[in-house]
Order: sequence, then C-alpha cells, then structure tokens
Amino acid sequence: MRFLSEIQWSPYIVGIGIGVLSWLSFLILKNPLSCSTSFASTSGMIERLFRGKKVEEKPYYQKVKLSINWQWMLVLGIVFGSFLSAALSGDFMWKWVPPLWEAEIGKSPLIRLIGAAIGGIFLGFGARWADGCTSGHGISGTMQLTLSSWISAIFFFVGGILTAFFLFRFIV
Amino acid sequence: MEKNQQLSKNKKSPLILGFLFGIIFGFLLQKGGVTKYDVIVGQLLLTDFTVLKIMLSAVMVGMPGVYLMEHLGWVQLYPKSGSIGMNVIGGLIFGVGFALLGYCPGTIAGAIGNGYLDATVGGLIGIWIGAGVFAALYPKLNKGILKVGDFGKITIPELVKVNKWIVIIFVEGLILALLLWLESLGL
Repeated sequence: MRFLSEIQWSPYIVGIGIGVLSWLSFLILKNPLSCSTSFASTSGMIERLFRGKKVEEKPYYQKVKLSINWQWMLVLGIVFGSFLSAALSGDFMWKWVPPLWEAEIGKSPLIRLIGAAIGGIFLGFGARWADGCTSGHGISGTMQLTLSSWISAIFFFVGGILTAFFLFRFIV
Repeated sequence: MEKNQQLSKNKKSPLILGFLFGIIFGFLLQKGGVTKYDVIVGQLLLTDFTVLKIMLSAVMVGMPGVYLMEHLGWVQLYPKSGSIGMNVIGGLIFGVGFALLGYCPGTIAGAIGNGYLDATVGGLIGIWIGAGVFAALYPKLNKGILKVGDFGKITIPELVKVNKWIVIIFVEGLILALLLWLESLGL
C-alpha cells in the first residue's frame, strides 16, 4: 500500500482512475461527474439566509434547486478525499500564497486573497454562463462527445492561457 | 412507518454515494497534483502539462466505456445543450478566472482539503459571488446572449453525421497522438 503515501502519481494513472470513476458515475450515480452547479446552489442558500424565501423565486433558482444534492456531497467529498491523500503523503500544509504567485507577484497574503477572489468571481460567473466547468464540460461532457462541452473546454483553455500569459509574461 | 423509512433511505443514498465518489475523485485529484495552483497555472503558461494529461487520459478511458454501456442499455447519456453565446463567451470568462484563481470548481475543493487558504478564503467567496451575480442577471442574459447561435443538445457524431464508433476511434487516435507528441517533446 506504499503507493497511497506517494506525493504524486503519474498523470496517466490519475486520468485512468478518473475515467473508470466516470463509468461508475454514469452507472451508479446516474449522472456524469460534475462540480460547479453546487457552488451556485450554495450561493443561493447563503443569500436565502439573509434575504429569506423570496430568493427561491429567482428564475435561475427554479432551474438550479437550492438544496443539498448528490453533487453538493460530491464536492464536499473532494475536500475530504484530497485531505486524506495529502495527509497520507505528508503533503498537507496550511498555506496562504502559492509558490509561483510568491515568486512572480509577491508574498503578501492580502494581495493573493484579492487576486483569488477576483479570479473566483470570473470563474463562478463563467461556469454558470457556460453551464459547466472543467469536470462537467471538460471531462464528462467531452467524453460524451457533446458539442457544447468541446467548445467550452477549448475556450476555458483559450481564456486561461491568454490571461496567464498576459498576467505573468506582460504585466509582471 | 416502514414505507417512510424506505423513502428517506432512497432520498439519502444519492447523498452518501455522491460523498463516496467525491472522496475518490478528491483523492485522485490530489495525487495528480492538480489541487496545486502552480500545476494549474503551469498548464496555462504551457510549462507543465499535467492538467491536460489527466483530462485527456480520463476522456480516453471514459468515452469508450460510457458509449459501450449506453449501447448495452445500461446507462443513458446526458449531453448538455449549448450555444455559441453560452459556450464561447462563458468559456472565455471562465478561463480568465481559471488563470487568476488557479483552481477550478472541482480542484478548489481539493485545494481546500490540501490546506490552501487562498482557495478557502479568497477563491470560494469569489465563486459564490460570481454565481450569485449570474443568477441575478440570468433572466436578462437568457433572453439575449445565451441564445445566440443556439445548437441544442447535439453531439459531434450527430453534427458531422458520422457513425459514433468511427468518431470515437478518431478522437481516441487524436488524443493518443497528442499525448505521444507531448511526451516526445519531453513536456
């Protein structure tokens, strides 16, 4: 069982594992693996705490129900699974600023938090706009050969590559 | 009483199953290194191809299995409908966030489990705000830009009118060639 305590596996082993997990997901969960919709329902549930039941009347929350479903639990499971993997290999650590960001932009946690929050706003907004993310479109949708998913996945990377080059090759 | 218990059991089991699938998914993502900002931004800067290798090998394995099970009548497919306005513009906006945040919705959950506080404190709040803003704008967007170039739930075999197995073999070959090329470049 030594492999469980290795810090990193071959990307191909991980990819094959996710591929097999996808089969089981179709078969048992009766849904493809996906993540981003549960962030929208959580956002709505938080808003409901402050503004009450009328939030549920928004047209978008008629489409995306404000409840904890299998996908919400899947995302929670990812937190635990990642923690388990990191703890087994000694790779778990509390950290505010990623090494690459620190080397290129600086070690201020506040600047990094602002950057992450702005990035998160674009990511959360874009995932809803495109109706999916790197897992729902990028992995599950492309393997079903869905046109909307191939277009989305390509433009996730087009947008990401352009932004990363602009930020790290032109600005800093 | 018994019936009620049965009912609540049926309601709970997708939650438990979802959680178990999530644990395995999160374990794999962390072992793959994609819970790390440096690996994801390294991919977008084209210096580290871990993200693409994981995604493409997952698709290579997943696609034939899922289509075979669909052929046997064991599963159904869930293609998402889309449009140029949705997927091109939404994809680009997502990409901007992908690069700035350095995590995506699945891997940010992994990053939180890994102890990365920029994900837990900054990124998560940002995603919730972004999703909430979209929900507020949705009625307007849905009447306009999201409908531009609408093509529905179409799949690539349906679009090009070629037998799905031929498309699968072609895509498998294309992915294999891309992965072999990346390896030959030492990336």
